Amino acid sequence: MVGGKLLNNARMAELHAREAPDRVRELEAWGAVFDRTRDGRILQRPFGGHSHPRLAHVGDRTGLEMIRTLQDRAVAAGVDVFMECTITRLITGADGVVGAFGYWRTTGGPVVFPAKTVVLATGGIGKAYTVTSNSWEYSGDGHALAYSVGADLIDMEFVQFHPTGMVWPPGVRGLLVTEAVRGEGGILRNKDGERFMSRYLPEDRRGEYASTDEEAARWVTAQSEGRVTDARRPPELSTRDNVSRAIYTEVREGRGSPHGGVFLDISYLPPEHVRRKLPSMYDQFKELADVDITTGPMEVGPTTHYVMGGVRVDAETGASTVPGLYAAGEVAGGMHGANRLGGNSLSDLLVFGQRTGAAAAAAATSVAGWKKAPYLDPVQVRDAGRELSAPLEQGSGEDPYALQRDLQDVMQRLVGIFRVEADLQEATSELSRLKARWPAVGVRGGRTFNPGWNLVFELRNLLVVSEAITRSALQRTESRGAHSRIDHPETDQAGWGGRNSVVRRRPDGSMEVTTTALPEMSDELRLLLGGAH
Amino acid sequence: MIETRPPAEVPARAEALPGAAIDEARASSVAKLRVFRGEPGTPSRYDEFDVPVEEGMVVLDALHWIQGNGAPDLAVRWNCKAAKCGSCGAEVNGRPSLTCKTRLSDFDLDEPITVEPMRTFPLVRDLVTDVSWNYEVNRSIEPFSPPADVPQSDWRWQQEDIERVQEFRKCIECFLCQDVCHVLRNHETERPFMGPRFLVRAAGLEMHPIDQADRRPYLKDVGGVGYCNITKCCTEVCPEHIKITDNAIIPLKERVADEFYDPIQWAWRKLRGRSDSAPDRRSLPVLQAGRQAEPSIEPTPERLARAVGEDSPVAEPMHAAAPTTSTPAAEPTPAAERTDAGKVAKAARATAGPRAKRARRRPDTGDETPSEG
Ligand SMILES: Cc1cc2nc3c(=O)[nH]c(=O)nc-3n(C[C@H](O)[C@H](O)[C@H](O)COP(=O)(O)OP(=O)(O)OC[C@H]3O[C@@H](n4cnc5c(N)ncnc54)[C@H](O)[C@@H]3O)c2cc1C
Repeated sequence: MVGGKLLNNARMAELHAREAPDRVRELEAWGAVFDRTRDGRILQRPFGGHSHPRLAHVGDRTGLEMIRTLQDRAVAAGVDVFMECTITRLITGADGVVGAFGYWRTTGGPVVFPAKTVVLATGGIGKAYTVTSNSWEYSGDGHALAYSVGADLIDMEFVQFHPTGMVWPPGVRGLLVTEAVRGEGGILRNKDGERFMSRYLPEDRRGEYASTDEEAARWVTAQSEGRVTDARRPPELSTRDNVSRAIYTEVREGRGSPHGGVFLDISYLPPEHVRRKLPSMYDQFKELADVDITTGPMEVGPTTHYVMGGVRVDAETGASTVPGLYAAGEVAGGMHGANRLGGNSLSDLLVFGQRTGAAAAAAATSVAGWKKAPYLDPVQVRDAGRELSAPLEQGSGEDPYALQRDLQDVMQRLVGIFRVEADLQEATSELSRLKARWPAVGVRGGRTFNPGWNLVFELRNLLVVSEAITRSALQRTESRGAHSRIDHPETDQAGWGGRNSVVRRRPDGSMEVTTTALPEMSDELRLLLGGAH
Repeated sequence: MIETRPPAEVPARAEALPGAAIDEARASSVAKLRVFRGEPGTPSRYDEFDVPVEEGMVVLDALHWIQGNGAPDLAVRWNCKAAKCGSCGAEVNGRPSLTCKTRLSDFDLDEPITVEPMRTFPLVRDLVTDVSWNYEVNRSIEPFSPPADVPQSDWRWQQEDIERVQEFRKCIECFLCQDVCHVLRNHETERPFMGPRFLVRAAGLEMHPIDQADRRPYLKDVGGVGYCNITKCCTEVCPEHIKITDNAIIPLKERVADEFYDPIQWAWRKLRGRSDSAPDRRSLPVLQAGRQAEPSIEPTPERLARAVGEDSPVAEPMHAAAPTTSTPAAEPTPAAERTDAGKVAKAARATAGPRAKRARRRPDTGDETPSEG
């Protein structure tokens, strides 16, 4: 809650804290092989803003371990998986969402899924920006699909810029340098060699961080051995929003590294330790940047990483505001408030993936005659099919790649780490110009695995989320977590503290941006948080 | 109050840090890429592109540049661009590689760089192949089987007990090892062979400190572990640097040999009566040399709408072929002109070292394999 600047859905935070350990144990029972403590238990480590080392992990590839474990589990359980199938439309009936329409990437052929309930689990929006750690799939599809059927999105102004992305060479700019580097003791320095992070610690939390290099070093040693220590954590482990602003400021004020970042150094630790705990990072720098992280520093800078905002969901069930539609994971909003702490996404996926899946399945099977597929409105299906064919029939026209570049440029330039009204206004008008260009997009080639054609529908979604981010950012006239307004630098607890931004589609198709009161916090949590708010 | 710290002077406009696009002005030279184009049923060709080269550029950057500058429909499967997802595998100058970590600076730019799809799998289009066979093989492996009688709260093992298993679990399923493996590559389909990727997966399960299943009969009779003749081509192309042959395949071969050629083992197995009898674990799917024809339904919106109308509810998702691909696919376009990654294979064979030492025995947690105990 403190890391999320008190904008989190308190019930989600509570469920996450309570249920994450069971989900981790479940993964272990399904075959996940976590790193161990000396007495043979699961080893835990902290990331930024954590007051307790609580991340079960596997070196720097915890996500891969989760993917593989869940994949194996799904295979063993006989779950149907439809690979490379992209959903472009949700189909609605009188009682909400009743199915989905999409195409197979490999053939381009259309497909419909009649469904009592639909769970969105489409991830984030990073592709809206030029510099991002995200894959190409992060085009906000679930956000836009939910929006298109009238579901509420919340907190869309909160886009997390991870402090450490690669900055050089140009082709890898934005690639993630995992927080595990700082979790294992990585030190940030500017071009003058200054360990600058301590200058940027928020005054009210300074007491949680090591005051000397020696204390920080003691903490690093203890935690790598899984030992308890009275040393406080290094200042590099401040929250991501704060570290990103610090790096940005160092670079902007002329203290950056040669390629516009700062230095991140882990080479003071024994090389074999670095290679064992950070094998992917070792390879990534060695192979893509000719840098040996066991002998010298990395160059890093902020990169678009995660969207805290998303589909407004019920904490217990993941149900959206539209019947039949659910959301879990990065596409859902509320859990992380104004800033996500490192590691909390993977556990969020497990806790709310399990809850949402169970709730959606229960809802789908609770109605009489549930085995009969719902009726899908032929007009909606036909229109979805026409939308799919249009860019191919158009043939030549607006180039989707050019539109993508222009969109990313607008978001990168005008809706980044620091925001200001004039920029956001300009972004809004730029975005409506880009939106007007979209219907004219034409693509060459056929339907078989045609990335240019596929991009058209991602752009449609990216235009929606970009507008939602920009308008929400314009509305919130304060700075909080990942949202920093140069023209409103203070956190306005009285005015904005209890309010989530809400974006929804008006019946006429225009975007409505309002606010709603934060869900009530339980007395227990209120007591726990005490002075924090 | 929670402090945020704006830049020292408050500017009227924020200022973005630099972006990532390839900047032709910064480009230092030009690379010529020869890219395989085509899909089953159409004649294939190689298109040539002159791509501006910037420092640190990889083959995938060049392919993206091509998509944005003249060939927007160039089919490339990719995802993370960080060598973590394993989707951008292709053959670069005949060598199975992840295009996202193959640097242009590793090539002589006076010569064209040839990029082709993985040859072992059926072609979809251009650089994209159908790797779904691999997922079917995966399904045939008996999953992780912890002991039923030890509560999870009592599970304990040391980091050193799992170092090897963790090495195997680094696999990102790029299938380059499957692509380079000559048993699979030459489509010797009369030999059922699961390929290096799934021997690694099986080894990860077999060597898990508490796994109870015995996959040796499966490995021998279904997985075909004996067909691997240790050329180590797989190890050579693995982007995760997994020592596939030495650490996974050879130890599995030894376990299988112990089990089947040791009379005591054999008698013990008979006594225990263990066999692997799950129905889908008795055979491997056949790896198609060419793409299979799709059902040829013209997916007009009207037909689709009818198909999902009230009278004929669709219980299963409908997979309809697009007009452009509705003719049954002919033999894919591989053929003579495609360069031969067998070169890699041969080179590797020549350098194949002595057999690795016997695998460390798995910690004894109630495992019923006496000769390993
Ligand atoms: C480089 C990197 C490192 C990270 N490291 C950490 C970490 O250490 N700890 C942590 O907690 N978090 C980390 N995160 C964040 C975390 O990984 C993500 O937030 C999380 O994976 C999101 O999971 P998800 O299930 O919501 O979506 P994803 O896992 O991204 O899955 C979304 C899926 O939806 C599919 N999809 C999207 N659109 C459509 C559509 N229209 N039709 C059909 N399918 C669609 C996509 O293909 C994809 O398979 C990291 C993120 C990145 C990018």
